[in-house]
Amino acid sequence: MSLIDEIAVRPSAPDSSVPNRTHLPLLDKAEADPDEGRIRLGAARQRSLVLAGAALGALAMGLLLTVGIGVIPLGWLFAVSFFWFLVLYTALVALREPLPVVRDGFVTVLLCSAGVAVVGTLALVVFFTFARGQDALGHINFFTRDMTGTGPLSGLDDGGILHALVGTLEQIAIALVMTIPLGLTTAVFLNEVGGKFARIVRTVVEAMTALPSVVAGLFIYAAVIMAVTRQTNGFAASLAITVLMLPIMIRSADVVLRLVPGNLREAGLALGAGQWSVVWYVVLPTVRSGLATGVILATAHGIGETAPVLLTSGFTGVMNVNPFSGPQTPLPLAALDLVRSPVPQMVSRGFATAAFLLLVVLVLFIIARLIGGQEAGKTTDGQLRLMAAQSRRDLPRIEENYRRLLEQRNRDLDAADIPDGADADIPDGSAVSRNATTNVTAVPIPQDRASNTTMQEKP
Amino acid sequence: MKMPSEPHTVAMTTLPDEAAGAGVHAGARAGQQSPEQSGTASQQLAVFDPADPFDAGSTFDPEATFDAGLEKRFSLAAQPAAGLEAENISAWFGERKVLDRVSLSMPAGTVTALIGPSGCGKSTFLRILNRMHEMVPSASLAGEVLLDGQDIYDPQQRITAARRNIGMVFQKANPFPAMSIYENTVAGLKLAGLKASRAEKDFLVEDSLRKASLWDEVKDRLHQPGGGLSGGQRQRLCIARSLAVSPRVLLMDEPCSALDPTSTRRVEETIESLRGEVTIVIVTHNMQQAARVSDTCAFFLAAQNTPGVIVEHGDTNAMFSDPRDQRTNDYVNGRFG
Repeated sequence: MSLIDEIAVRPSAPDSSVPNRTHLPLLDKAEADPDEGRIRLGAARQRSLVLAGAALGALAMGLLLTVGIGVIPLGWLFAVSFFWFLVLYTALVALREPLPVVRDGFVTVLLCSAGVAVVGTLALVVFFTFARGQDALGHINFFTRDMTGTGPLSGLDDGGILHALVGTLEQIAIALVMTIPLGLTTAVFLNEVGGKFARIVRTVVEAMTALPSVVAGLFIYAAVIMAVTRQTNGFAASLAITVLMLPIMIRSADVVLRLVPGNLREAGLALGAGQWSVVWYVVLPTVRSGLATGVILATAHGIGETAPVLLTSGFTGVMNVNPFSGPQTPLPLAALDLVRSPVPQMVSRGFATAAFLLLVVLVLFIIARLIGGQEAGKTTDGQLRLMAAQSRRDLPRIEENYRRLLEQRNRDLDAADIPDGADADIPDGSAVSRNATTNVTAVPIPQDRASNTTMQEKP
Repeated sequence: MKMPSEPHTVAMTTLPDEAAGAGVHAGARAGQQSPEQSGTASQQLAVFDPADPFDAGSTFDPEATFDAGLEKRFSLAAQPAAGLEAENISAWFGERKVLDRVSLSMPAGTVTALIGPSGCGKSTFLRILNRMHEMVPSASLAGEVLLDGQDIYDPQQRITAARRNIGMVFQKANPFPAMSIYENTVAGLKLAGLKASRAEKDFLVEDSLRKASLWDEVKDRLHQPGGGLSGGQRQRLCIARSLAVSPRVLLMDEPCSALDPTSTRRVEETIESLRGEVTIVIVTHNMQQAARVSDTCAFFLAAQNTPGVIVEHGDTNAMFSDPRDQRTNDYVNGRFG
């Protein structure tokens, strides 16, 4: 029935008396050779040799100029080598290739180096932080104790930053509880309601993204701490980071919501849905992973903020689980406080705190990704297997329910038919409908039509 | 314009302008529209507030007869097909008029094909039939669309009720990407807030997928995402999704324009099997398709810079074998458009 099957049928030999104007390649095609030779695709070996040669030459030149002759300080080794690498690579390509290829190669190298630079910088930052903090990170008490009773001269086997972890988690949790609903509803408002006011709100949100974080801290300090609580506390700190997280959440949610194809909304509305059920059941699930990314961005921004919490959370080395009363130091502030100390153990604790903050962010990212899931409609192999298993399991149930309810409906219709000619005004409506649904199990494809619409290889 | 030189015994097709009085509208046909003709006194201009295009009808009357069969619970018995009657439909986008007093009757349970070159207002006309036209902020219209004698543009009627009774299948297959095949099929229940038990949903899934001749292909992967299907299967999934809310009329906007011949054939078989159960209105650029699937046919045409009109409509066989208008004859035979 499928096209492939029809083509696979070898047509019979054509009549040789008439000269052929078309060709039937299937007639004289041999069976495929199992070891069919394949063309090797991809870049020629010469290109990778050029790349490696240029890199080696550039490094040698850099070493010569810095270590060898000493005209340039050693710190410039990488900059000099990179510049020389660009020159060498371009020259080598230009020896053999025309100008457009040279330009291509040059731009490709520049772009790849940008990628390497970003990854390299990140790796350096992470490595440096962990390296400086490794002494403190090696002690288990660092994660299980607070700084109560830990003096400047105490060894690393005393004191820890559990209080700061609790502070960070509580504050970011409170901030997220405020940010996610407020940010999502604002983004939905911007996209679904629109109008003049929405444009104003969007402009304000964009302006808020550029708000210096210390201003948010000062605002909460003036509006909450000075006016209401009279003391620094964790809740004030989470209010301050909410001010900073909110515009990021709204912006990223707004962008992903704008990407939802209009035809999905139309399809929902055409089914007779109200606007809000389309938003809830169609639009938001479609961009769930994009929204999760927005939450991650906002969290990453909020969790590392130091300036606003500096003014609002207060400093303490003591565990304080109540965010509404008393100072509650989060991790970045603890790191700042410790690193400023002149004592080496304290500095080591500071770097260890920063490294631990990186880990906490990583864990939160993974959790958000797991909750947010993949892009709608994309599945991993494992998910696909689960879905297939579920489909197989549910099929008998569905078929059974279908049989049962179909019988029930036909009984109901028969019962309705007998007493009076209720369907008389619709000449063939209900009768046809019943027949069609019972007979539809196997719709035979009319042979003449099938051969008309599919491609023909028959002579 | 070719007029029949000798009187036909029975006119199988209708030339709407002739019926409306050829003398009065001669100007409009020649392409110069006089201002007083652009709207007669009886035409009521419905303008939509662009700020609230989804107004579900603030003057909703729960007793409205139109809502019969729209109880908050899904019912097993499919609603019978309903006739659709468009009367003097005019449509505007901003100041530009795209349809001029178009009237067309689509009897219950039949298949009506709308044909005509691009930009002649077929799709606009189709979208007016289930109130999707007003989603465009600058859009407005005049005239009446009667579903079983009830005007769907009556302020008493809910827009959601009209759209549920008159389903629509779009040119681009658009299954909901976040839902599985099963969920996609019964999405209409969830979206319209209808309650149904799991058994009823199961029934509806198999029933709708069978009607859309998709059941045998997907029954082993009902819980996989709908986006993973082929183009033709996706379009049939959309048809199944529309059928699951048991519409009385199904509108199809070039449902096969992006499909290969095999998938097109399957969609046409689906239309064939739905004949009698649902009133179908299909826009198509494929003349053979219109000839194959439709009972009646309407030829739309918009001359340069004038709004679209129906040049001729009537029995499909007559429209293709013996059209009365020369332009219809040229179009169905592929000589222009």
